[in-house]
Amino acid sequence: MKLKAPETVFSTAGFCPGCGHGLASRLIGEVTEELGIQEKTLAVVDVACCSFDIDYWRYDTIMSAHGRDIPTAVGVKHIRPENPVFAYLGDGAAYSIGMAETIHAALRNDNICVFVVNNSVFGMTGGQMAPTTLPHQKTATSPLGKDPARYGTLNVVDVLGKMDIAYLARGELVGAAGMNNCKKLIRKAFEKQLAGEGFSLVELLSPCPTNLNMPPVKARAHVHNEMTKFFPTGEFIDKGGKV
Amino acid sequence: MSKQLMKGNEALAEAALRAGCRFYSGYPITPQTEILEYLAKRMDEVGGTFVQTESELAGINMLLGAAAAGARALTSSAGPGFSLKQEGISYLVAADLPAVIIDVMRIGTGLGDIAQSQGDYWQLTRGGGHGDYHTIVLAPASVQENCDMMETAFDLAEKYRHPVLVASDAAIGQMVEAVELKEFKEHDINQYDWAIRGCKAGQEPRKIQNIYYTDPEYPEHLRAKYDAITATEQRWESYYAEDADVVLVAYGISSRISKEAVNMARAQGIKLGLIRPITLWPFPVKAFETCKNVKAFMTVEINILGQMVDDVKLAVDCKYPVGFCGTFFGLPEPDVIIEQALAMLEKEGK
Amino acid sequence: MSKVKLNTARCKGCGYCVEDCPKKALSFSGNINDKGYDTVQVDDSLCIGCGTCYRVCPDCVFEILE
Repeated sequence: MKLKAPETVFSTAGFCPGCGHGLASRLIGEVTEELGIQEKTLAVVDVACCSFDIDYWRYDTIMSAHGRDIPTAVGVKHIRPENPVFAYLGDGAAYSIGMAETIHAALRNDNICVFVVNNSVFGMTGGQMAPTTLPHQKTATSPLGKDPARYGTLNVVDVLGKMDIAYLARGELVGAAGMNNCKKLIRKAFEKQLAGEGFSLVELLSPCPTNLNMPPVKARAHVHNEMTKFFPTGEFIDKGGKV
Repeated sequence: MSKQLMKGNEALAEAALRAGCRFYSGYPITPQTEILEYLAKRMDEVGGTFVQTESELAGINMLLGAAAAGARALTSSAGPGFSLKQEGISYLVAADLPAVIIDVMRIGTGLGDIAQSQGDYWQLTRGGGHGDYHTIVLAPASVQENCDMMETAFDLAEKYRHPVLVASDAAIGQMVEAVELKEFKEHDINQYDWAIRGCKAGQEPRKIQNIYYTDPEYPEHLRAKYDAITATEQRWESYYAEDADVVLVAYGISSRISKEAVNMARAQGIKLGLIRPITLWPFPVKAFETCKNVKAFMTVEINILGQMVDDVKLAVDCKYPVGFCGTFFGLPEPDVIIEQALAMLEKEGK
Repeated sequence: MSKVKLNTARCKGCGYCVEDCPKKALSFSGNINDKGYDTVQVDDSLCIGCGTCYRVCPDCVFEILE
């Protein structure tokens, strides 16, 4: 079986060793090429680590304001409904500063794909606490560990799980099996947009070795062993199919 | 075409459609909500997109996406809502994107209230959001001008790839006047190559971004853009300014009252004149060269700090006294304007 | 005949491939690339070309040739 990095992905040079962004970026590239939509796909990337992809993907791309990727992508989709449009952002953008935008795009069932790279911290700013930071997890702004009495941990399925959207799923960017699964979820999200079914959100659990203060293989094990306890993988809404 | 009665806000909305605008995203706030309500119905009729967003932030950022995709895109707000638009306006500037944003000014700092005001002058002309920029600001003074200015606003936005603000206020927004509308104009979303549409193999992908700082030519690109706008786009109306002893400077609704004051004063043999900035930025510095006989200038504004005074002082190199006739909750009165103008003249005579 | 081609210039030495290779055909080489990372090497006699390394690599180092 021949396997070669997709033409759509120029580079991953700016990401830290072991970062899940390289994995997610490649999967999106692979899926759009396999669906034959890479020349029509339009991307909206968030600031911070996601923003590297504006130079790494062969898509016409917008770098949006932090956490406003989703409305920006919706604006694009309204003007160019024939083009597949996706927003690519982190958990801080999607669930902290941009939570309202995430919920309301889902409420409108806007026909776009949203890919959220959840690494449980604010990455580019140096590993601060996020809504997705696990209870007791130490970060730059929870130096003694996140106090669950003061700050909850947000699972997007609790928020969007009952909404009338096309697709809601979560995978982990860990190991060959995890990658195969994530690719399937990403592909399904694009297929739903192409079929006009509406809003898809796929969360990708991602290692951030730098800000977890772990070597990459340990950071990856942390995603697999600890993050998945709070953020189970699976498909939660699949309007066209069965869950 | 025959004239019809229209409300100021609705005229802005209809004129935007006729200028080829097919995308609006915004949020209700008085006194601009008629723009939303009107477009909620009319956008469908002309085959465009209207989205009532969850906030002004979503509204301006959705507009950014539509603008990047090549559409003529519009949003509008007032007061506290217009402050929320600033995030996106700064990003539009940084990304060299055209768009039109209407501010129907209302009174107050903080929440304020729904009455007319000209308290956003600094916010509109100084940049308003974070960073190092100006936006072109057009100030209509009548419902007819609302109709005429939207096409200009979109044309300028595309000419310079830069957002254009329209500074209306609650009085002009809410008043009803007879207007003549322009004909419909088509806009092609593929007209400009910078608009994203997909990247064919072998092409360079289009990037709508806001980090050009590593490009050594970027500062020059910016300076050249602002210089060109300043040199080319100053717009104003002069009314008896050439021989006036005191020249009033007023825009929007205040300029109409000031014009009335000039007429009343002239009937009494008092030589008042008026300069009405139509672009608030670039400020029409050139207009002041025509005042050959002037002893003093006086701005007439609906705010308490005299926000335009500094711009007039700069326009005349501080060579003349610049007074300020302001009101807060009410509109300026022509006889008060004349009284204050005479007081300035008397002071200068001593 | 090699079943896998490595572009070690892109390698950041994260070690995902070394850990996941089912045949233990991958190891750190001790060769430092231009970015300063210890890069991986493949033992062709062990490699079966299964593609695991391609799938888990965040930096597109691997190309599976057959």
